[in-house]
Amino acid sequence: MTNALELHDITKTYGEGDNMITALASATLAVASDEMIALIGPSGSGKTTLLSIAGGLLSPSSGQVIVGGKDISHASPSELTEVRRSTVGFVFQSVNLVPFLTARENLLLVDELRGSRGKQSRDRADRLLDELGLAKRLNNLPSQLSGGERQRVAIGRALMNEPALVLFDEPTSALDTHLGEQVMELIQSEVKGRGTAAIIITHDRRMTHWCDRTVTILDGHLQTDELATAG
Amino acid sequence: MKLAWTELRRRPGKFGVAVLTLTVLAALLLFIAGLLDGLFLGSTGAIRSQRADVFVFSDSSRESFLRSTITPETRAVIAGVDGVQAVGGMSVTLLGAVVPGETDLADVAVIGYELQPNGIPLPPKPGQAYADERLKGFGVGLGDSLLVGPAKTPITVIGFVKDSNFQLQGGLWVQPATSRQVQNQNRPDSPVADGDFQVMLVQSKPGQDAGQLADRIDAATEATSSLTKAEAENSLPGTKEQRSTFNAILATTYLVVVVIVALFFALLTLERTPLYGMLKAIGASSRQLFAGVVLQAIIIATVAFAIGGGLVAVFSAVAPPKLPLQVQPSRMVTSYLILAVCSMIGSLLSLRRVSRIDPAQAIG
Ligand SMILES: Nc1ncnc2c1ncn2[C@@H]1O[C@H](COP(=O)(O)OP(=O)(O)OP(=O)(O)O)[C@@H](O)[C@H]1O
Ligand SMILES: [Mg+2]
Repeated sequence: MTNALELHDITKTYGEGDNMITALASATLAVASDEMIALIGPSGSGKTTLLSIAGGLLSPSSGQVIVGGKDISHASPSELTEVRRSTVGFVFQSVNLVPFLTARENLLLVDELRGSRGKQSRDRADRLLDELGLAKRLNNLPSQLSGGERQRVAIGRALMNEPALVLFDEPTSALDTHLGEQVMELIQSEVKGRGTAAIIITHDRRMTHWCDRTVTILDGHLQTDELATAG
Repeated sequence: MKLAWTELRRRPGKFGVAVLTLTVLAALLLFIAGLLDGLFLGSTGAIRSQRADVFVFSDSSRESFLRSTITPETRAVIAGVDGVQAVGGMSVTLLGAVVPGETDLADVAVIGYELQPNGIPLPPKPGQAYADERLKGFGVGLGDSLLVGPAKTPITVIGFVKDSNFQLQGGLWVQPATSRQVQNQNRPDSPVADGDFQVMLVQSKPGQDAGQLADRIDAATEATSSLTKAEAENSLPGTKEQRSTFNAILATTYLVVVVIVALFFALLTLERTPLYGMLKAIGASSRQLFAGVVLQAIIIATVAFAIGGGLVAVFSAVAPPKLPLQVQPSRMVTSYLILAVCSMIGSLLSLRRVSRIDPAQAIG
């Protein structure tokens, strides 16, 4: 099976001249199609940069990015939009949901952006929200939900387009340990149940046991313990 | 698009300021345009209702009805010009008239005529008149005997006609002899001789160019200055100046609409930057987001126009008859379209800002 994600020798620099920052230095990583990876590293080490490149939010300065079997290293902005729409799911740390849409509508929005709607979409949204324990919160606005509930809606939204790869940037950082564990458990069951690949950035080493393996990043350098699996 | 619509429905308060401002501007636009139309229509009814292609003035009159005189001799020359089918005289005297049972004088234009205009019968008997409906606002009723001018010349109203006023004075359509009598009794300083008219109206033979016919008439008489009907409508004192002034005010107001909408959406886009970043990250294209902005701008303009237009329509129904306000349906339609386009242009100025929002910031 094709890998969900392959990064080959990725470098990403910000700025120019004296102000140039190398956020990623020759990063190589492969994520198998059903693999769940924890990405940890200190602040400023390049975690978000790596996730952004993997999800088609940023283009690398050099190197090759293959998402769901498609090389997007030189994709145009509109091609990247299409990749994000159809192949990738995101759960962000901060602004996640549309404030004037209900939980259910936030999920349906993903399909609407792709120009599809209908019973199939509604059924999928309802099933996802049910699995995430939000069956009774379908019609609540984000402001009427707790932080943990909001994050669960965001997870449902990330899975709406049946992505090959789901990317989480510190999904539990705003939650207490107990809630964080619950959310991680949900992520694991949802991701594993669907055979989808995932990368989860976390600061918290206690969360890594939910994942298949852990990748550490330091000053833009990846330090994988099990390069063998990366193929 | 659906997202933008849902936002409007669920967060109407957010758009309140824009709707309110545009409502005021829409009402102002319609009011000004209504005045412009009312002034023009109220001034030119007597000219527009004529079935004539060329209006012949005496050449010293500077195309003013009140200063112009066409003698029977000149009339005969005009009638003989090649391409002329029929001629008929027209004279106007502007006066105040006493209406039975009313204390205020009514402003009237006593119009003597020969050719039958559109919507007005052939000239009535001596001392009788067809009155414009506008005079009803001054208390004039069917059968009333109006006392016209300082000499109180009596004129009896035997019917009402529409859109036949001259220089905002209510038309009183009489036969030429009555018109001369009114003029000579009330304006003894500028009497008219029998057979004289102020202006000669010319109906051309089919297929004639009115401008060329006017030139031929002036060449033949060597004593006239002829205008086409359209020129005659605009020849009334102040008409052109009025229109250009009002149009300048209208254009400025539309410009204000563009600026207000542009500012509103610029601020809104700034506020929405994180949301747009997130939406782009999950697969929204700039075009989708932007279509939503334009949709909102058009809906705001539509709602504002509906309220503002309604207000002006109600006001024009209850406004005093002396206020020359006429809200024409065609003016409503064009005003709405221009307002919607201006609102759209205003929103288009956010295009660059929306398309520049970087989806990567959603995750940063
Ligand atoms: N848009 C940018 N412009 C300039 N420098 C940037 C930009 N984004 C990130 N950087 C820099 O690149 C480096 C890596 O940033 P990145 O956000 O990937 O780190 P991170 O591991 O996600 O950190 P954190 O744990 O604090 O979120 C940092 O030094 C950061 O300052
Ligand atoms: Mg980060």
